[in-house]
Amino acid sequence: MSLKSKDLTGIKELDTEDIELILDTAAGFKDVLGRDIKKVPALRGKTAVNLFYEPSTRTRTSFELAAKRLSTDVVNFSVSTSSVVKGESLRDTALTIQALGAALIIVRHPCSGAPHFLARHLEASVINAGDGTDEHPTQALLDLLTMREKRGGIKGLEVAIVGDILHSRVAKSNIYALLKLGAGVRLIGPPTLVPSCMEELGVRIFSDMDAGLEDVDIIMMLRIQMERQGKGFFPSKEEYFKNWGLTARRLMLARKNAVVMHPGPMNRGVEIASDVADGRRSAILEQVTNGLAVRMAVLYLLSGVKG
Amino acid sequence: MRVLIAEGRVIDPSQGIDGVRDVVIEDGKIKEVRERGKREGGKKAGGSRNVIAAEGMLVLPGLVDMHVHLREPGFEYKETIKTGTAAALRGGITSVCCMPNTNPVNDNSSVTEFIRKRAMQEGACSVFPVGAITKGQRGEELAEFTMMYEAGCMAFSDDGRPVTDGMIMRRALEYSKILGAPVISHCEDLSLSAGGVMNEGLLSVTLGLKGIPSQAEEIMVARDIALAELTGGRLHIAHVSTARSVEIIRAAKKRGIADITAETCPHYFSITEEAVRNYDTNARVNPPLRRKRDVEAIMEGLRDGTIDAIATDHAPHHMDEKQREFDLAPSGISGLETSIGLSMRLVDDGVLSLMQLVEKMAFNPSAIAGLSKGTLKPGSDADVTIVDTKTEYSVDAARFVSKGKNSPFDSWVLHARPAVTICNGKVHRWE
Amino acid sequence: MAKKLLDKKDIDRMITRMTHEIIERNKGTRSLCLVGIQRGGVYLARRLSAKLKEIERKNVPVGTLDIALYRDDINVRKEQPVVRRTELNCAVDNEKVVLVDDVLFTGRSIRAAMDAIMDFGRPAAIQLAVLVDRGHRELPIKADFVGKNIPTSLSETVRVQFEEEGGEDRVILE
Repeated sequence: MSLKSKDLTGIKELDTEDIELILDTAAGFKDVLGRDIKKVPALRGKTAVNLFYEPSTRTRTSFELAAKRLSTDVVNFSVSTSSVVKGESLRDTALTIQALGAALIIVRHPCSGAPHFLARHLEASVINAGDGTDEHPTQALLDLLTMREKRGGIKGLEVAIVGDILHSRVAKSNIYALLKLGAGVRLIGPPTLVPSCMEELGVRIFSDMDAGLEDVDIIMMLRIQMERQGKGFFPSKEEYFKNWGLTARRLMLARKNAVVMHPGPMNRGVEIASDVADGRRSAILEQVTNGLAVRMAVLYLLSGVKG
Repeated sequence: MRVLIAEGRVIDPSQGIDGVRDVVIEDGKIKEVRERGKREGGKKAGGSRNVIAAEGMLVLPGLVDMHVHLREPGFEYKETIKTGTAAALRGGITSVCCMPNTNPVNDNSSVTEFIRKRAMQEGACSVFPVGAITKGQRGEELAEFTMMYEAGCMAFSDDGRPVTDGMIMRRALEYSKILGAPVISHCEDLSLSAGGVMNEGLLSVTLGLKGIPSQAEEIMVARDIALAELTGGRLHIAHVSTARSVEIIRAAKKRGIADITAETCPHYFSITEEAVRNYDTNARVNPPLRRKRDVEAIMEGLRDGTIDAIATDHAPHHMDEKQREFDLAPSGISGLETSIGLSMRLVDDGVLSLMQLVEKMAFNPSAIAGLSKGTLKPGSDADVTIVDTKTEYSVDAARFVSKGKNSPFDSWVLHARPAVTICNGKVHRWE
Repeated sequence: MAKKLLDKKDIDRMITRMTHEIIERNKGTRSLCLVGIQRGGVYLARRLSAKLKEIERKNVPVGTLDIALYRDDINVRKEQPVVRRTELNCAVDNEKVVLVDDVLFTGRSIRAAMDAIMDFGRPAAIQLAVLVDRGHRELPIKADFVGKNIPTSLSETVRVQFEEEGGEDRVILE
């Protein structure tokens, strides 16, 4: 089995068949992660490069581990901002990496569209680990896997995504994926952070969190980036928590066994109360394990012979 | 030197001609436009005679592009006066007005003289410089209008940037009345467009790119029209891109503010923001590509005369600058060589008649800029564009004459293309 | 043009005989476990286990093993093989693991299966039971328990179908 494209640039470019294939394959890889020897020789001899233009420990480590579990050789290129500004062009860096024999290039970049640009210019497979405010496809895929495990399927689920939707690539990838698989999507947050034009996609928008959480199966909380506070998006973190923070009380407004998710890292007391984050309904740690399995699945499926 | 253009379909709005005629050129001027086959008084003409068989083709006054960036002085790696005018000629354009956002900025007579001299030495077509409105295009102090005018500037603009200070724009419009030269306004509210790289809307949110709302243009269009009304100055609005801008201009013209003219570019009636969907930097342009309803409004604006001219805003860039992250790529489309091909589609779709097309692409721009071009009246300069509309061809940006290969129209199949361009009587034939 | 080589009765007799051979060779069923290779070996392994229970009245654990991640042709295929479930139900260490597959051909699947088993632990021994051995080995692999040897040409294909998949038990040659 194979994905239809040589790259994973975003959920926008995947169809439901591709998404299901990745999730099914990831479920298979969870098995491997449960063994004593958590390594398989599947991608032995291949080289994967982590090309991260933005600092990130979690996602980069997750990809690195996923590659190593498949016996892939991993190289980390952490590009400091100064070399982006005055150094080699993105294209030249990528061509150099390809010349070193990398078959898989995992890229995180502050400019939306950077992975798409690389995918066009390289023969290697490009995997988007987060581009600007565009997408973070593997995050959405691991979120879907988690939801599937908790609820048996995605179709018909009511999912609420809460927070800074405007600047969140995690939110966007999730929105596209959930809509493709037939879930109902609600966006909850201050009007400054939830673009009303997204209603055209088929989602419902709420600024009243209490109203928005009624009948919801999954609550996905987004990280509030504190830098936004200074730019007039919302007055203070206390104000934010009061209106859009997930407390135990608010959790009761959702469906009986509603699941709480968060891509991490969390701002406890700003978007989510500590007791909820650590509570029974939280799937936050499972998301991390699933992240590893999903990334192994993506690396595996993109490694077939090209052309 | 005599040249005879035989049996082409001549379209000349200035003389109301649309029909098969012969055109005679002598010593770099149009001698005569006459019915087929007639000779002067029956006698055989002396001297060498070049005959261009134009049967089945359109014979138009040389096209006039009043908004072009030739990049020289200062940015010769993107384009030079030599390569830019050569590209214009290939596109059937015999007169260009070049914008002052060079380095140094054309805000004084020395730079204007440099450009004119360069153009005379190396230009393949006629070049008319546009002088800056403010010194250094910094928007703070008016530049020396009359001295630039005497050195050869036909109009004034800070294009590339708007004139943010209303008082400065007011003064520019008032001052321009002395010369009767238009002030060409690049309408953009920088506080609203700040950081934006494409049209604002669902697509920009979906692509994760910062958007420029159409209001950033419309607000300044309204402001400049109000200032034109206040001052009685000559205002020309550059690169109109939105439906509401067209409405505002239409209403103003209806109110009788006579000295307002406007132009649009072929990309604003040919493609929408969808061209950006794949992060194609060749589609990054300022003002940005808009939506379908804006495209339709632009076409309607051309049809009913709200928009007077078609200009390319030819903005060549080096490949290295465009082949990168969308956010970091400069805005601009290299448009000289696709202008007539794209604009002819308006005639194909019934939006404009051929006569109207020639008005928009030759007669009106010339009139607005105060040039005496865009006409085949006997005695005028022999600038003629002979267009073949019967052969389909595929746009190949990599083989553009211009140094700028940045075009979102690469691989488009068009069917109008100059077969011959005559500039000041000099004949250039194209394959 | 498919030709039926063996029918339900033939297959049942073979399974009975193989079961007896397994018991005889291993002097009983102690420390024995069966591992069916996905997908063809899984049904056969379960049948063998059922037969072992019938004859020896002992439960021999049955597991499934997916070899997709151990294949040697991952770098030359256009598409990646589907990854299926692996549930050994067997401690592996110091156990006698009987790998079970439907058809033995080049031997590469068995090589992959052995590598996979080794990653789970250190078996006391690995034995191989197949329903059909069609020859054309490319690696030095031999089956310990064979239902039937069927010589074939390289252009032919041998397919084993089990009732559990729908249809009837049979072995066909295409």
